[in-house]
Amino acid sequence: MQRRNFLVAAGAAFLAGCNEIGDSAWFGKVVDGAQNWHRGLHRALGGGRITMAPEYDRSAISPVFRANGNRTVDTDAYRAAEAEGFANWRLSVSGLVDNPAELSLEDIEAMPQRTQVTRHDCVEGWSAIGEWTGPQLSTILEAAGVQPEANFIVFRCADFFMRGPADNRRQVDYYESCDMDDAMHPQTIVAHQLNGETLPVANGAPLRMRLERQLGYKHAKYLTGIEVVASLDDINGGEGGYWEDVAGYQWYAGI
Amino acid sequence: MNKSAKPAKRHAFSTRIWHWINAVSLIILFMSGLNISNGHRRLYWGNDGFAPADAWLEVPRFPGWMTIPDYYSLAAARDWHIVFALVFGFAFLAFMISAVLNGHMVRDIFARAREWRLSNIGTDIKEHLKLNFEHGGGKYNILQKIAYAGVILVLLPLMIFTGMVMSPGMEAAWPWMTDLFGGRQSARSLHFIAAWLLFGFFVLHIVLVLLAGPIGQIRDMITGGKLEGSSDAEA
Repeated sequence: MQRRNFLVAAGAAFLAGCNEIGDSAWFGKVVDGAQNWHRGLHRALGGGRITMAPEYDRSAISPVFRANGNRTVDTDAYRAAEAEGFANWRLSVSGLVDNPAELSLEDIEAMPQRTQVTRHDCVEGWSAIGEWTGPQLSTILEAAGVQPEANFIVFRCADFFMRGPADNRRQVDYYESCDMDDAMHPQTIVAHQLNGETLPVANGAPLRMRLERQLGYKHAKYLTGIEVVASLDDINGGEGGYWEDVAGYQWYAGI
Repeated sequence: MNKSAKPAKRHAFSTRIWHWINAVSLIILFMSGLNISNGHRRLYWGNDGFAPADAWLEVPRFPGWMTIPDYYSLAAARDWHIVFALVFGFAFLAFMISAVLNGHMVRDIFARAREWRLSNIGTDIKEHLKLNFEHGGGKYNILQKIAYAGVILVLLPLMIFTGMVMSPGMEAAWPWMTDLFGGRQSARSLHFIAAWLLFGFFVLHIVLVLLAGPIGQIRDMITGGKLEGSSDAEA
């Protein structure tokens, strides 16, 4: 019995130690370092910064494309926009650009389009294959004229989560960001179609990002703005995305 | 060839340091992996999968005492997994290079043709069942060689490569690897299966160390120990 008690105590001490380390600031720095190592290895082993995610034949498309996270935007403004087919939806292009813009869906559909059948991997572990259509983000950024100080693109979204205790609920907006390599990547598109149909509300209507070399939470839905910035430090919680800010998910979601 | 004054070590320095780094890494990767598994408790074959009907296995929810951290946190578990994947991967690479260079791989792990004879394997099984772990000249008997080679040459590389397939950034670099494993969800399933086979090895390994005399075994894996009967080691 004593030996068993010793093993239980040792196990509990080990887990308590892991929790302590996991919560420490230095371990956070180690994780950031590891994240950069992974990203560096992905780029180095791929022989460059632009490697392509696999694309599939249409026959590989999943029968149901699972919608996760927010499945709609719970505001009157969004419901009104949906009712009018998003005719007045605008995508703002702002920040470190020479020509800020407010793009309508017509503007976006008039741009050169890319259609790609890709696999969406959720951080939870499941995968779904879908066909996405939209202009490349690089087309929009080139038209806007990105200034040389630009390092990141921030994706602003209409959706949000209510967080905090019941007596102090606050609205926290969804957002995401990526570096310039992923922003200018050929497969990074602003999608307005899924499987040849208008993008469904549950999947982010009318516009969502596709960042094919990263996990699902980077693919911001209900897109309202593209903001070009030099640093992510002063954007919302400073970690570069909603899940990064509220739950400590990795900013580089290519792992 | 043991003519030098310095007695030959039972375990090379590189083997010992790797053994302990690997032990710590695998425990952390396994336990944080069980936490990650709780994020989506179904396994599939092929590239995609979400629906219960597509799954070949419903995975049980692993309780907090089996996971790192000891509560459900996909983000924190991934932090541990991401850090120790690098420690494990590079330590393994260094061990493999040194094991080839110092002859450990060919001398101790690879089995000779005569060892594959059924009579030899049968004798070895009988001796193990009698809990007799004395075995002639060579360092490892055939059952040990099969177990160690299975771990070093099959399971550990499988963990690394299926893990790489599951990283979308890595997959874009080496997309052929996904096809090799039959798709991303297949790689995820294989990662899970190999993890539990490694756990099986871990249990067997601990039991055999306990039966063979844990103090001497652990001491030798720290200090290196002495090679028994150095002079006829290659008999």
